[in-house]
Amino acid sequence: MAEEVITTDVVVIGAGPVGLFAVFELGLLDMKVHLIDILDRPGGQCAELYPEKPIYDIPGLPLVTGQDLTDRLMEQAAPFNPQFHFNEQVEEVTRQADGSWLVKTDGDLTFNAKVIVIAAGGGSFQPKRPPIPGIEEYEGKSVFYSVKKMEKFRDKKVLISGGGDSALDWVNNLQPITKTMQLIHRRDGFRAAPASVNEMKKLVAEDKMKFHLGQVTKLHGANGQLEGVTILDNDKNEFDVEVDTLLPFFGLTMKLGPIANWGLNLNENLIPVDVEKFETSTPGIFAVGDINTYPGKLKLILSGFHEVALMAQQAFRYVHPDAKLTFQYTTSSTSLQKKLGVN
Amino acid sequence: MQIILVGADSTEQRLDAVEGWRVMEIIRDHGFPIIAECGGACACGTCQVEVDLEWTAKLHEPREDELDMLDQNYANEWSRLSCQLIFTPEMNGLRLRIAPVALAVAA
Repeated sequence: MAEEVITTDVVVIGAGPVGLFAVFELGLLDMKVHLIDILDRPGGQCAELYPEKPIYDIPGLPLVTGQDLTDRLMEQAAPFNPQFHFNEQVEEVTRQADGSWLVKTDGDLTFNAKVIVIAAGGGSFQPKRPPIPGIEEYEGKSVFYSVKKMEKFRDKKVLISGGGDSALDWVNNLQPITKTMQLIHRRDGFRAAPASVNEMKKLVAEDKMKFHLGQVTKLHGANGQLEGVTILDNDKNEFDVEVDTLLPFFGLTMKLGPIANWGLNLNENLIPVDVEKFETSTPGIFAVGDINTYPGKLKLILSGFHEVALMAQQAFRYVHPDAKLTFQYTTSSTSLQKKLGVN
Repeated sequence: MQIILVGADSTEQRLDAVEGWRVMEIIRDHGFPIIAECGGACACGTCQVEVDLEWTAKLHEPREDELDMLDQNYANEWSRLSCQLIFTPEMNGLRLRIAPVALAVAA
């Protein structure tokens, strides 16, 4: 694919609450932002992990859900016209001769930015890998965390692990084309659409598939090809079943990912920053929110909001090196109000 | 009052427990590797523990959101989220280990 370079003032990595508020603070100081997130929508953990859960410690909002907070932050950022790039993971960051940064994603997007702000929270969301010894060897060959093409599973002896919608949907959808279908879950309760659960139970009753209570503890096979698994049932008995394909569906987790390779100082998967500018060991790259660390750090959304306000002051010096920065309030400054579209 | 934390090498640590604290907080406060990414909101599953079988029935039943989260985190019948276990005097002597899946996240 021919690469078109997107030129911007700032690239923000992570569109969670802190990344979204960074758009606002940077925008007030005349910096244009592109945001990149591995998820398919804004909000980060707030939208992915707890959209319905109430948050009580956002100043001025006695009670707000993760999704509502995301929506409000989107509204607040809107006057600055942030550009979002979802389902993208930043792979590579390289310094250019002029001091700016080239940022490349796994989807072949390339950005040129004067400043990078890492607001990546706990890292990027990845499918959860069950802690079964040796599973890495089978991944991509006979263990898969998603179904991209159903045909791949025709005439296979498939075991699906999990109790959510993904697990149940794929049990029901793949069962007609597989040689054998088995489902394993730790309890006889599911957090999936009742219709899918009923359909699965019907297949079990008709002897078209098997359901096991327990967890997979061992994999058997060679050269990445699965031949069977050992199951530990809920009475702590072990037994083997014959399968050639395993699909674990345990949801998503967060991993630091490629950030570890960007040459930044790291401390236990967190990025140390100073407390005046929230800049990393590399000038021009900032880290804000849950992903940074400094003496006294608290992983609170409100700490991230404070951090982006101070970060923006220093980012301004990189983006507009010749301009004078005057400190202004949104309550009284007509120029800020103009930017916000309220005056 | 104490809880007993069993290590991967089967050694036991007795941790002083405070009534009203989450078991997750007791483990974390003693410096053991427990991530608790979401801070105790029952939203991430990274504070999973395995409770001794003699204790499973003595603890309060998991709520629906804890069950959901356990489902997504390779849990067993005897697994709990330590952020959902608020310590009470009746839990004095509770014996548990940090679940391998939670240790893997912390590694």
